[in-house]
Amino acid sequence: MPLAPAITDLEQLRGHPALARLLAAGVVVEGAKFDRDEMTIYVDRSSIREACVLLRDDPGCPFNFLSDVTCVDWYPQEPRFEVIYHLLSIPKKERVRLKVRLNSSSPAVESLTSLWPAANYFEREVYDLFGVRFNGHPYLRRLLMPEDWEGHPLRKDYPVEGYR
Amino acid sequence: MAHMNPIASLEPGQDRTMILNMGPQHPSTHGVLRVILEIDGETVVRIMPDIGYLHTGIEKTCEAKFYQQVVPLTDRIDYLCPLTNNLCYVLAVEKLLGLEIPPKAQWMRVLMNELTRINSHLVWLGTHAMDIGALTVFLYCFREREDILRMFEMVSGQRMMTSYFRIGGLALEPPLGFFDYVREFANRFPARVDEYENLLTGNPIWGMRTKGVARITAEDAIALGASGPTLRGSGVDIDLRRDMPYSGYENFKFKVPISQDGDVFARYICRVQELRESIGIVQQALDGMPEGPIKADAPKVVLPDREKMKTQMEALIYHFKIITEGFAVPAGEVYQAVESPRGEMGYYVVSDGTAKPYRVHMRSACLANLQLLSKMCEGRLIADVVAAIGSIDIVLGEIDR
Repeated sequence: MPLAPAITDLEQLRGHPALARLLAAGVVVEGAKFDRDEMTIYVDRSSIREACVLLRDDPGCPFNFLSDVTCVDWYPQEPRFEVIYHLLSIPKKERVRLKVRLNSSSPAVESLTSLWPAANYFEREVYDLFGVRFNGHPYLRRLLMPEDWEGHPLRKDYPVEGYR
Repeated sequence: MAHMNPIASLEPGQDRTMILNMGPQHPSTHGVLRVILEIDGETVVRIMPDIGYLHTGIEKTCEAKFYQQVVPLTDRIDYLCPLTNNLCYVLAVEKLLGLEIPPKAQWMRVLMNELTRINSHLVWLGTHAMDIGALTVFLYCFREREDILRMFEMVSGQRMMTSYFRIGGLALEPPLGFFDYVREFANRFPARVDEYENLLTGNPIWGMRTKGVARITAEDAIALGASGPTLRGSGVDIDLRRDMPYSGYENFKFKVPISQDGDVFARYICRVQELRESIGIVQQALDGMPEGPIKADAPKVVLPDREKMKTQMEALIYHFKIITEGFAVPAGEVYQAVESPRGEMGYYVVSDGTAKPYRVHMRSACLANLQLLSKMCEGRLIADVVAAIGSIDIVLGEIDR
């Protein structure tokens, strides 16, 4: 089964319900990708909360479940961090992935805890392991590492064996 | 530094309350969960879980390994359902590679996965009942669990850290007599579930400790990211095996038990019903097990047979190449979710086109489910906290990773 090439053309993907909804509402969409049967939408960091509200309250296909929040560090490229949100529509059994790109100078994005309380631990974990800040988070502290730990272990410039 | 201390952040809110630490060595916290309670007498005013005691940095370790070397690490995340984690990871990598898996391997994966679910639910049932004070159930559950661990040992040589699923198929052909052993177990097991239910379901003490306790509504459960039996116990009808099938689950018929009550008893009933449904899937898998190869035809990814290696130069070269330099995976990203015994277990794997994963992230069902604890317990007695922790079925290895 050879892999189908990824579709990255925004015009071709316009038919996807999540993307159509975001574009119709005027959200700043930086790009989109359909690869391996998975839809990815790149959203500007200022509009992530707005995009999530739109998708969550979409009457046709409500993405009402926040599966996961995580991050990838593309060091030394810029923008360095990609914060990744996986949404699931429980009624329609659909998934969509939202991505926000962040520069290393001020890695911060708005928190989703007011939309989904589930984001609380997910965002704390990303903050703990990557050092990405979530504005408006009620309790942004380290989750897995000790409170007095220095550095963010999942960053690519952090050695696998740790600092000795 | 005072502000570094997590206890300091939970100061008693009023004069009449006090802070109490439960765990990390408390037997009812299933490992090393520390729960900080603010209590007013016996009543819980606020509750804050403190996790991270088992953090081993598995996600970081994965980035330094070849793709096939990550499989044994996935066992160690959730030691009660290693095969579910194996499955989720190999499915993600197979999706990245675009590999097609032969039917027998898919059916074996379903069979082993359901046995794992039974294994995990048995440990949950035994320990949950023990926490609440019904000691006998534990011994009954571990009797059957032993049989399942023996099956794991038959196929993989290991009782717990199986690593039986490999990228592209299975590690080994199941041994002679394995299917007979499983069939005998599957015939015997429904009567054993009746035994557990006789001890608990109609038991008035069990009912008083679980009915109406730690209630959670469907809206709250969805908003807090709950999944699996914890979500279905609140009346949300979703099961990834049925709704977003993977590894050939669309070929199996089974019911998805749900309950509307949202309390500890509802979650208990859902899981016990799941035991029965899982053994039904095991029966179907045994009856319809296809013949054929157990590994995909992809010599650059799947290790060759030992016999071929002794006679064919090419097989030896492929073996050497896979072991020493791994195999390159086309760049891209995949989020693969499976229905683990605890809920939505997801693997997010990012490839940059090399032989090592650029990023592996595990979406832990328990981590999200643990967030329900404060909604469940605030305003209730300390004894109910124990029942609530048991009812969300946490495994700290998976939470902390």
